Amino acid sequence: MSRRAIPGLGAAATTDLPVLKPFDPSGRTAHDPLLISRFLARLKWWHFAVFALVLLLWPMVAYAQSRYSYGDAFEALVRWIPFVVVDGFFFNIQISFFSMAIGTVAGVFLGLMQISPLTAIRLPAIVITQLFRNSPWLVLLFIVLLAFPFEIVIGDVILPFPAWVKAVIGLSLPIMANISEVVRGAVQSVPSGQWEAAESLAFSRRQTLFEIILPQCFKRMIPPWMNWYAILTMATPLCSILGVEEMINLSRQAIEAEDNHPELLVPFYGFALLLFFAYCYPIARWTISLERKYAVKL
Amino acid sequence: MADWTPDQPIVSVKEVYKSFGELEVLKGVSFDVMKGEVICIIGPSGSGKSTLIRCINALNDIQSGSITVEGQEVHAPNLDKLELRKKVGMVFQQYNLFPHKTALENIMMAPIKVLKEPKEQVAERARALLAKVRLEGKEDSYPGELSGGQQQRVAIARSLAMRPDVMLFDEVTAALDPETVKEVLVTIKDLAQEGMTCMLVTHEMGFAREVADHIYFTDRGVIVEHGPPATFFDQAQDPRTREFLSQIL
Repeated sequence: MSRRAIPGLGAAATTDLPVLKPFDPSGRTAHDPLLISRFLARLKWWHFAVFALVLLLWPMVAYAQSRYSYGDAFEALVRWIPFVVVDGFFFNIQISFFSMAIGTVAGVFLGLMQISPLTAIRLPAIVITQLFRNSPWLVLLFIVLLAFPFEIVIGDVILPFPAWVKAVIGLSLPIMANISEVVRGAVQSVPSGQWEAAESLAFSRRQTLFEIILPQCFKRMIPPWMNWYAILTMATPLCSILGVEEMINLSRQAIEAEDNHPELLVPFYGFALLLFFAYCYPIARWTISLERKYAVKL
Repeated sequence: MADWTPDQPIVSVKEVYKSFGELEVLKGVSFDVMKGEVICIIGPSGSGKSTLIRCINALNDIQSGSITVEGQEVHAPNLDKLELRKKVGMVFQQYNLFPHKTALENIMMAPIKVLKEPKEQVAERARALLAKVRLEGKEDSYPGELSGGQQQRVAIARSLAMRPDVMLFDEVTAALDPETVKEVLVTIKDLAQEGMTCMLVTHEMGFAREVADHIYFTDRGVIVEHGPPATFFDQAQDPRTREFLSQIL
């Protein structure tokens, strides 16, 4: 069935009066909270293949330009892969898990504080949320790294406070603030009629929130929550600047151990890129499919 | 006034003023409702009908005047809203059923969570209420699977499960298809005949004429005219009432 032609848009206009055309009918310029996931999910499998191909073609193009060939570089990469993946990438994932866990728990509390009727609770929560949401992640990481001691001494007990734990805390701050906004947004997306119906049935505010409103929000929070997890995972290499021995740091160490040949850069960092892509791409696809499934039907 | 007896008005509204910012919505409204009485409030859009009814269970607050329900002042700073709302049930235009719960769970929720009644007892009563609103067999349907009229009848049953003394109906048929309006009205009529005190905001004139004991016509925040249906519909005195009735009948 063909779509009906709209005069002035799909067919000749039937009036010479000025016609207001629909603005941005596909909603493409509107702010999109799932931008990253949508971008990733829109990639096709062959984008992946082309990218891998470019990485493989590189050595052939540059072959014989130096004594240390790309062949040698790839050999070096293959030798280092177990180290870089097991000690490095898995550590990134570990950092992302801990940051996400802390950020989610703190963010849910902060988000619920943001919708409190008490100004004394709501206002600080809004300030904290906006502060950490709008700060550069790297700056937060540096502040946490430098502000906390490297060990905590309680009497005779010395608790080490390693850099990676600080990195977890530093990364969980912006996650906390963004999850706080996700919770607030989800609660406010529930129609006010639900609050009124619960109120008129003599539910207290707390009961209304926990029995009626939050159960309806839960599904709506999952896609943006996963979106933030993907963003967080892609941000974990920031920790390398703080000296945390995660994948990017270990890759650099491996390159140094291989005498710093410039030919090593593309294989090693390209491999890291591929690995992060391979990890985040399925999450993004899943996020977008869940978002479609849970789309609010009014 | 706390020692209320059934021969006094169950709902008493005196000189109520209500405004939203600059906009004055109610300008000195007074009336009484006796136990078992059915009253209908009619009037043009924006005349303050819904606001008035929402003030009675404290969903909206008022600026001045007095509203009492069973002798309890609603416009009191130390009002226990939850106690008031246990006595006053309300049904909305948009049904507002909880979409994540089945019809039966919708009805059972408030008695279990608010009145802390045992689950088995509430389940039994909820099934009886569903039967009463003629929805046997829909216990496990979610609101999204029910028609507008069915949802509205579940909403009525949900309110009744709290065993209220007064029921408020805020344009409950306004969002319904014409063919499903009747099934909801029949349910309300049954209730009225059982002696439930009902206050309805409605545009269904035929229905108002049939079930109401008393009709109030509001316009621009005041009660212009009121009386029993027969006198109200056939011998309206005020020109505004007559104009409204001539447009609508």
